[in-house]
Amino acid sequence: MRPEMTAASLDATARSSAERGALARARLLRGLLPALSLALVLAAIAWLNPRAISYFGFSLMLNLAIPIALATIAQMFVISGNELDLSIGTFVGFVGCVTATWLKDAPLIGVAILLGSIGVYALLGALIHLRNLPSIVVTLGMSFVWQGLAILVLPKPGGKAPDWLLAIMSFKPPLIPFPITAALLIGLVVHFGLMRTSYGVILRGSGGNPAALKRAGWSLLRTKIVLFALAGLFGVLSGMALIGITTSADANIGNGYTLLSIAGVILGGGEFVGGRVSPIGAVIGALTLALAASPLLTFMHIPPDWQVAANGAILIIVLAARVLISRRER
Amino acid sequence: MPEGNADIIRLNGAEKHFGAVRALGGVDFHVRPGECVGLVGHNGAGKSTLMHMVAGTLTPDSGKIGVHGGVEDNYSVSRAQKLGIRCVFQELSLCPNLSVAENTRINHASLSGLGWRRKAAALITAKLDEIFPDHGISAWDIVGDLSIGRRQMVEVARAFTVTQDRLDLVILDEPTSSLDAHTAGQLLAFVRRFIASDKSCILISHVLGEVLRNADRIVVMRDGKVVVADAANAFDRDRLVTAMGGAEARQKIAAEIAAARPAAGPLRVRARPAAQKDGADLVARAGEIIGLAGLAGHGQTDLLLAIFAAASRARTGIEVTEPVALVAGDRQSDGIFPQWSIAENIGIRSLARLRNGLLISPRREAELAQFWQKKIGIRTPDMNNNIFSLSGGNQQKALFARALGSDAQIVLMDDPMRGVDIGTKLEVYDLVREEAGRGRTFLWYTTETEELDNCDHVYVFKNGRIVANLGRDELTEEKIIQSSFGDAA
Repeated sequence: MRPEMTAASLDATARSSAERGALARARLLRGLLPALSLALVLAAIAWLNPRAISYFGFSLMLNLAIPIALATIAQMFVISGNELDLSIGTFVGFVGCVTATWLKDAPLIGVAILLGSIGVYALLGALIHLRNLPSIVVTLGMSFVWQGLAILVLPKPGGKAPDWLLAIMSFKPPLIPFPITAALLIGLVVHFGLMRTSYGVILRGSGGNPAALKRAGWSLLRTKIVLFALAGLFGVLSGMALIGITTSADANIGNGYTLLSIAGVILGGGEFVGGRVSPIGAVIGALTLALAASPLLTFMHIPPDWQVAANGAILIIVLAARVLISRRER
Repeated sequence: MPEGNADIIRLNGAEKHFGAVRALGGVDFHVRPGECVGLVGHNGAGKSTLMHMVAGTLTPDSGKIGVHGGVEDNYSVSRAQKLGIRCVFQELSLCPNLSVAENTRINHASLSGLGWRRKAAALITAKLDEIFPDHGISAWDIVGDLSIGRRQMVEVARAFTVTQDRLDLVILDEPTSSLDAHTAGQLLAFVRRFIASDKSCILISHVLGEVLRNADRIVVMRDGKVVVADAANAFDRDRLVTAMGGAEARQKIAAEIAAARPAAGPLRVRARPAAQKDGADLVARAGEIIGLAGLAGHGQTDLLLAIFAAASRARTGIEVTEPVALVAGDRQSDGIFPQWSIAENIGIRSLARLRNGLLISPRREAELAQFWQKKIGIRTPDMNNNIFSLSGGNQQKALFARALGSDAQIVLMDDPMRGVDIGTKLEVYDLVREEAGRGRTFLWYTTETEELDNCDHVYVFKNGRIVANLGRDELTEEKIIQSSFGDAA
């Protein structure tokens, strides 16, 4: 019996290490997918217009990438808790309007409004958890609230970004264009916070198996509040960054961000349920979308009238490719 | 030591109602240091409710809880953990999106600050090494990527890890249901070592032999009450089954198995595992019940899935002649539609027959559900209730009804009875034999050797290959173990 047992266990070890190798490869591939799609879009741009691949070209093309990346990160926090935020776009617009008016004219009130709006996000999280409401419904309702508030703050396009914000957003670091540096920084900071800290584990666990978390003595109310408050915080940063680039605001300025942010999270390797998200992937996804959205289409000589539709088509193609590739792994 | 203070936990007159249903009716229960208490009873007998109270996840409607001799008024999960009481729940409570180390962190609030990942990894790896040598699990594996058996190993090992809180009592609810005989043995041996160090365990298992061999004292529950509590050596299998209230049914098996089987019918399935190098293949004919045995995860499930796939799209090496239905083993992730009613969960495999024009006829769906509710004994006031209103055993029955109510002549069973109580099992065994008598073919992968008694013959698997084909008369546990571990004879 003895030698047979040893043979069996040796066998099992060999089998499991092979299995683990295959799993590790699959996971690596899954992790590389976002980078791959970014490389694809970059290659297309380089092929269509080689001159765009330069310091100046990137600064120009990735102009709007920072606010998109921040909004995507905000959405990613909500998705880690198995919820969806349909109000992030109009929220970014609202923040933009506040930034271009109150924050410049009366900074204290402006800061108070922005902090208060983060508080509202936290309360939404609490409401969704306590009343067991579908987040899609709550945030869809909130999207109209934010839109209405934005119009109240700024009925006509206008306002002006505070000077310090303009200074930050027009910063030109040597060698690497600012949007890329900023995206890298955002990705790394959030990666550390969500993927490496001990409370980040709890936040992601609340999306993976909430019942288990509750049994281990953690408060799900608290995780939901924290996730929504973080979404609010990054939504505020996104709105401010956007106004720092555009210099003035409009109540509808962020409307496209809701879909872009969801697509960015999914493109970056996240999943709608199960707490599977990747901050670095989400940032890369946002960069991909920012590039695919307008520079690529302009280089392809697609008339502006068709750009929105073409944008949608690119989204579908890229997301479908992701689904196909990740299905083949399984 | 004074007697009253010696108990780790003591419940007096614990009662619990869920709406109109009485789950527990005045239960007295206690655990002393250094003993392993076996808890048995049918699904729905109140075991899980009682254990949720011990673990602090449920509070009793009335009754008292005392821990280490002191009375606990605000007993909760975190209080239970402070007092050294942990529970491994029957439904897996790991987060599939996190790594093994990260899942360990969830149970230990003190694993934080710099270097917590390294500490968590070291903690869980050491415990896995201690309980399951040669486990083959890395602390950085994502739990969702692990097989269900390995996940259970992680879950069990995690419950025994210690950081700052004390550890006196671990509740093991069906800890071996997804483990093969080898790892289950490792776990039970560890439990004995744990008990020997003056700690305690509560062992809940539907494998009665496991309880009889490992518990010091056995508590039998029925209908929300403790019916017998006695030293383990005062019990044997029959007394346990009688106390649980399943005696009549057990006798029947032997008689029916003994009954002669009809001659083999036409060929239904011929399949060769992808890894098979010699010419051996699995052959199943009409009216046969074929067992798939061997250690867990050695290719049995893969072959069942391949056969299932071959029914809709031709594959080389697999021949399937009739429609196929699959009863999943991991019912939470592969079997049940959580948002749907019981009736809808049953009808999904038979939609073509339930159609009326372009729509599903609610009347026919209800009829199908009613028929199977009666036939298989699904205990619910209304088949339109959500599937989760059923206990685990009854959920599994609904999945059987889904397969048996369909047009499938071949039913694949992927260890479907794990964690199901013996009463339900016996009812399902009867049904399987009855349906086989009518000409249906069953391919039955099981990790419980006792279930193989129902089979006409058994293929033993090792490393994705068939290594033995045992007829009914040569079928013994030793033979199966021998084939699963040794080289093919």
